[in-house]
Amino acid sequence: MDFTYTEEQTQFSDALRRWVEKDYTFEQRKAIVTSDTGVSAKAWSTLTELGMTALPIPEAQGGFAGSAVDMLVVMQEIGRGLIIEPYFATVFGAEFLKLAGGHAPLLEQVANGQLKLACALGEKQSRHDLTDIVSKASANGGGFLINGTKTVVLHGAQAGQLIVSTRTGGAQRDTAGISLFVVPADAVGVSVREYRTIDSQRAADITFTNVQVPAAALLGKAGAGFEILDAAADYGTALLCAEAIGAMEALNAATLEYLKTRQQFGVPIGKFQALQHRMADMFMQLEQARSMATLAAVKANSSDATERRRTVSAAKARIGQAMKYVGQQAVQLHGGMGVTNELPAAHHFKRLTMIELTLGDTDHHLARFVAQPGFKNAA
Amino acid sequence: MDLNYTADDLAFRDTARTYLQANLPADLQQKVLNHKRLSKEDFVRWHKILAKQGWVGSGWPVEYGGTGWSAVQRHIWEEECAIAGTPTIMPFGVNMVAPVIMAFGNEAQKKHYLPRILSCDDWWCQGYSEPGSGSDLASLKCRADREGDFYIVNGQKTWTTLGQHADMIFCLVRTDSGGRKQEGISFLLIDMHTPGITVRPIIMLDEDHEVNEVWFDNVKVPVQNLIGEENKGWTYAKYLLGHERTNIAAVGRAKRELEFLKRIALQQQKNGMPLLEDALFSAKVATLEIEIMALEVTVLRVISMDNAKRGPGPEASMLKVKGTEVQQALTELMVEAVGPYGLPFDPDFLHGGQEHSAANDDDAAPLASYYFNFRKTSIYGGSNEIQKNIITQMILGL
Repeated sequence: MDFTYTEEQTQFSDALRRWVEKDYTFEQRKAIVTSDTGVSAKAWSTLTELGMTALPIPEAQGGFAGSAVDMLVVMQEIGRGLIIEPYFATVFGAEFLKLAGGHAPLLEQVANGQLKLACALGEKQSRHDLTDIVSKASANGGGFLINGTKTVVLHGAQAGQLIVSTRTGGAQRDTAGISLFVVPADAVGVSVREYRTIDSQRAADITFTNVQVPAAALLGKAGAGFEILDAAADYGTALLCAEAIGAMEALNAATLEYLKTRQQFGVPIGKFQALQHRMADMFMQLEQARSMATLAAVKANSSDATERRRTVSAAKARIGQAMKYVGQQAVQLHGGMGVTNELPAAHHFKRLTMIELTLGDTDHHLARFVAQPGFKNAA
Repeated sequence: MDLNYTADDLAFRDTARTYLQANLPADLQQKVLNHKRLSKEDFVRWHKILAKQGWVGSGWPVEYGGTGWSAVQRHIWEEECAIAGTPTIMPFGVNMVAPVIMAFGNEAQKKHYLPRILSCDDWWCQGYSEPGSGSDLASLKCRADREGDFYIVNGQKTWTTLGQHADMIFCLVRTDSGGRKQEGISFLLIDMHTPGITVRPIIMLDEDHEVNEVWFDNVKVPVQNLIGEENKGWTYAKYLLGHERTNIAAVGRAKRELEFLKRIALQQQKNGMPLLEDALFSAKVATLEIEIMALEVTVLRVISMDNAKRGPGPEASMLKVKGTEVQQALTELMVEAVGPYGLPFDPDFLHGGQEHSAANDDDAAPLASYYFNFRKTSIYGGSNEIQKNIITQMILGL
């Protein structure tokens, strides 16, 4: 049993932290948020230089074959640093390609930073259920014709290629009949409507109108995309859990600092027990959340799908509670300053709140946890 | 990052499991698993069985007759005991006074007391709290005045768990009233059979006699029963607190009780379906199960820090708070699960006086009593609010 990070993992997180402190400060980030694209080409090339884009890619495609635990370390820093580049969207998309096999050139381009990906999974009616798909792909001239609209695609407008979930068969919420494709963002018939998200990122609704793709665009087998979709979503969820840990660490540190420096009634407000116990609760919430994020990272690529689903859903559900508690209390303890848009803490709070709404909320994952075999089989 | 036990740890677990299967008496096991009340004889019987194996001092160094197990091995052992349903080894001797004797006692004290603790020749109890000194323990007033080769002890202790069975009590007593309140305290070992000691039962919410008041009226205690130096008792008491908190989260028992909870929730019906199929109830169970999963990893993280010789430290306070929250939530859901069957109360059944409970639901019969009993856990051992004070001061630096 060993809960320590390797030297290499520590180096990754140190490098990211140094970069954020120097070149991705809160003020610098503000300029990126209000720019036209909402992302920074310079930041992306730094992430590439630091090896972050290559980290999760297999060695055969020029990557470092990093594990989900390696990614846990990276995503914590992404969360702490409030990084709004399309990093999560890209590595999440890469996981689909890795699980499907093939598509080596695309993975190479991800590794060397040339290609950004986005995952077009949600639809207007689907809420958190990734199997609730009405977008259709129909066989056409040796390939497929894709029709449908995908909603709230994170960094959908920044991606060169889109991972798209469609239905080639089955009813609306069946696991059978799901087909996944990788589609060039500039393919004929793809239209993107971009918008800001409240946590200063970008997302888009993407409509596919008679988009013709070759058979090679298929990820895995036609109609059998569920296993890949489900496994990739668990991987992505584990990454979000890790990002949440970094954001909560930053929030707790900022709040603790505020309690030690803000003076009222002639003393630092951290002298008041009502606030002390709140802070102690925030500390414990974070540690319980950290345990679950660690567990999720370790099991994110488990060959036992039930164990993977059970652990990742447990983690997202537990971290969902922690994010809400830590976020809300951090704002409360910051007082009036907490409800302004001026402090990094406010932005960590907003990011945490949006992570709760991404890839399944607490209730969704609690229900998924209950649905796994074993929950009802008491000893 | 590796969350798996080593091959050696797994082999150790097999050894522990095999031993428990062969040596845990079935009648004791049934009492524990079914939430019955254990007698003094039950506790002593299991203690002596383990003593024969040499496994009572699971946290003790080998030189004092302990197992010398690592923190991980000790965790595995505690978990196996919990899952098997062993009676607890009373902590007052083995885990509380013994480490103090080892660290601060003289050779004669070590030689006399430690073997008797391992063999259960002495039943120990704890004399810390007083009616006016709960969370503010250092304000204690029970006095010990030196007269020749004796201390004369006068005062009162309270919340003395199973003091009615005890042969020995370790006490914090006031030997100096000047100066800071922490500075005039001494750590004294007192024979419970000494004239002048009166034990009076306190009956708790579950109508059980688990704790007592202990009164001292001119009790003569030989000076050789003083641990370490006079007026240094507070230091020893704080040292003891660090030891008291091993296994404080009791995750093994929580996992066992979770399975029990699910079992009764499958038997209970709601709307013609097993209660565990009910969306509202299953969400509560799942939330708790996930909290236990998180707590188990948190405990292992603290243990692996301990193995790295950094010591358990104030993180133990977090384990105490979270562990007791989980235990209390489990008992709360058990009562909720059995619904109206939480009402019937049959102490005779709980003590093993009859085979079946009055209302004829033997699973349900102990649960309300169990729930009421467990309200103590967030109060004893330093209330959870005191634990948050410790986190605030020692970890957060506020």
